[in-house]
Amino acid sequence: MKRRTFIKTTAASATLISMGGLAMSCSTSKTKTITILHTNDVHSHIDPFGPNDGRNANKGGVARRASLIQKLRKDNPNTLLLDAGDIFQGTPYFNYYGGELEFKLMSMLDYDAATIGNHDFDNGINGLYAQLPHAKFDFISANYDFSNTVMDTHVKPYKVFDKDGVKIGVFGLGIELEGLVSKDAFKETKYLNPIEIAQDMSRLLKTEEQCDLIICLSHLGYDYKSSQKISDRRLARATKDIDLIIGGHTHTFLEQPTVEINAVGENVLINQVGCYGLFLGQINFYLEPQGKSFTSRALKI
Amino acid sequence: MLFNFSRLAIIILVLASCQHDYSKNQVKSERISINSSLQNDSKIDQFIAPYRARLEASMNQVLSYSAGEYSKTDGELNTAIGNLMADAVFERTSPILKQRHGLNLDMVLLNHGGIRAPLPKGPVLMKTPFNIMPFENKVVVVQMQGDAVLDMIKYLSVVRRAHPISGMTLQISKSGKMTFFEIQNKAFDPNKIYNVATNDYLYKGGDRMDFFQSSDTIFDMDYKIRAVLIDYFQSKDTLNPTADNRFTYDN
Repeated sequence: MKRRTFIKTTAASATLISMGGLAMSCSTSKTKTITILHTNDVHSHIDPFGPNDGRNANKGGVARRASLIQKLRKDNPNTLLLDAGDIFQGTPYFNYYGGELEFKLMSMLDYDAATIGNHDFDNGINGLYAQLPHAKFDFISANYDFSNTVMDTHVKPYKVFDKDGVKIGVFGLGIELEGLVSKDAFKETKYLNPIEIAQDMSRLLKTEEQCDLIICLSHLGYDYKSSQKISDRRLARATKDIDLIIGGHTHTFLEQPTVEINAVGENVLINQVGCYGLFLGQINFYLEPQGKSFTSRALKI
Repeated sequence: MLFNFSRLAIIILVLASCQHDYSKNQVKSERISINSSLQNDSKIDQFIAPYRARLEASMNQVLSYSAGEYSKTDGELNTAIGNLMADAVFERTSPILKQRHGLNLDMVLLNHGGIRAPLPKGPVLMKTPFNIMPFENKVVVVQMQGDAVLDMIKYLSVVRRAHPISGMTLQISKSGKMTFFEIQNKAFDPNKIYNVATNDYLYKGGDRMDFFQSSDTIFDMDYKIRAVLIDYFQSKDTLNPTADNRFTYDN
């Protein structure tokens, strides 16, 4: 009698679960594709380079990037568009309009988030703050403490996106400003150790926010000869649970992402697309729904 | 019964997987070149147009007139364009240093690599200083002790490049030894402190100019090199710079 009741209950549970599953339109076998599009170090390059601009001749241009992004979003609506900083400085557009046009255009292109590069302080932290009303996307930086500056509360350490049920955590990291940007410009912005912050962030995004994908949006720079300077490659090796580092600062043109092995032997991708909006990076993650007991983080390219 | 339990456990795990937890089995990446094969998004293009038009109008504003074309490759140890830039920094900065700090400017040192474009012949447009100096570097005045000044001279004698200088006369031998050195037409005094204008990049050791580092007194002029050029050009009807004897080989 007792056994019979139990079996009935079990059967009922199973039905409920599968119905629940249907209601959530959860198909256990369907692969989900998440597309990450990214730029870095665009440096106010709004118009394409002219025909006499050497190796960059006739390349770049925001209006072209816009049509490409539109097409890619049509191909896969589960797309994030990210920028790894140094939006400002490099053409007279910045000198004349102070970054207003850069932010307005990125908003029109529907950027999801950007981190802050050293050149984004070129008109001082007040100059950056003044342009914020033109940005409809979020600025994320986890290792700049802005609490004693005008930027306080305007920058988030991280953001979690939900794309078709896949949770994507993105956190930002910035380069040490001392020696690179004048103190007058960055004022009371405090730089915190990127590796320590990345460890905190990835733990938080993995365990508390339960993210399926963790992306670090970094303006640290790809790699340095000096072993003291923290780069994306060093960061990748010293941390865990980060799937992808989108980098900037060093204007490194990677034809394909670099694969590093993290602190627990798993793969981490690092990508950077040079500068000036000459390229758009695209990374597709194909995710298979799996029980926790089956989780494997083998990233194949 | 045991079987049923385990089935239940599996089903619950599957439900959990519907919410989160995906394994990342595969990744594909592509680097897409932004080039003329892509259409312009017309909405974006139209949005940029008025900004571009206003900017171009400003950039084509005439500041001065240049008697010739001057390039940083015109000479070995000093060039007309380099002399013009260093003299412009001297002329524009010295009244500010005097007014704010009561000090006299003695010398200027910039870097050859910092001249990013030639000065073209004919009307000098606003875009010219942006081309010559696209960076935001600012003028700083460094108070240098005699031995630091000698390190600077040693550097110039060894690298033998046409780094823009003003306020000094320097002669070196073919072997790279300093044979004559005057500051403001006076003999070098090793016990004097000299006020040297440069830019913040070089002050921090750019172009291996590490001789500025020993000084702990610097004055930020809060004046961009490009703004110096714009103001200098606007103050002159005609630009007619020349190479001269400020840095030469002795003979």
